[in-house]
Amino acid sequence: MEMFTAIGLNHFLTISAILFSLGMFAVMTRKNAIVILMGVELILNAANINFLTFSKYNGGMEGVMFSLFVIVLAAAEAAVALAIVINIFKTFKTVDVSSVDTMKE
Amino acid sequence: MNQLTLSIIFYVFAALTVVSAAFVVFSKNVIYSAFALMFTFFGVAALYVFLSADFIAVTQVVVYVGGILVLLLFGVMFTNTIMQTDLKTDVLHVVPGTILLLLMIAGILYTFYTTGDWMPGEAQLQGSVVQRIGFETMSRYMLPFEMASIVLLVALIGAAFLARYDKVHNKDH
Repeated sequence: MEMFTAIGLNHFLTISAILFSLGMFAVMTRKNAIVILMGVELILNAANINFLTFSKYNGGMEGVMFSLFVIVLAAAEAAVALAIVINIFKTFKTVDVSSVDTMKE
Repeated sequence: MNQLTLSIIFYVFAALTVVSAAFVVFSKNVIYSAFALMFTFFGVAALYVFLSADFIAVTQVVVYVGGILVLLLFGVMFTNTIMQTDLKTDVLHVVPGTILLLLMIAGILYTFYTTGDWMPGEAQLQGSVVQRIGFETMSRYMLPFEMASIVLLVALIGAAFLARYDKVHNKDH
């Protein structure tokens, strides 16, 4: 009972493992480029949870600062990736990543 | 607030995060995935509060829900006939994918739980962390902080350049 009521490090690690695996699943099996981007965001969030967990239980500030930078880079990544997806849509008339298989128009 | 209430709240947010993340991944409709992603982000922000990183939680809500999610929704609306149903790849199907998913969760958890006892440090983070973030940003993480601003500027220009309306290319349409 103690294991379930006292929230410790392992609880957060478990959640981040599940989130990471779901993100990987989206990247591996989905066709739509935007759902793949959502999977990448899930993976980044899982990494952030891990950073903050170890930072909290270690007492240092490194994890907190790094998760801040991860959020900044995630925002930049989402903007550029969506621009690329929109370009792919203009060229191929689809965002289905398995039908985008040529390198020239 | 006693320990039991706190852990019940934790489990509620943990369940919200995991269930809505699963909905994002398994949903057949992109719009539904996008809205489920909002709940995932809120749940993760709540978990950040449990990790006494209140500033990161607020940043998560502002940047992810207010920025990235809106961007993703714009992407969905630009590129999709809204009720498109066919989402699966023909490279990897759902059943092998799910098996891989379970294997991955099992592997990561096995590594986490058997690497050894994680020993929590003497001085854990307590209370608000905003002031310490301010000090760290302006002293030890000065250079990464400035570089982040340059990266954001470059990404902004790059995204605007990539997604702009191409006059020469679209002349014949």
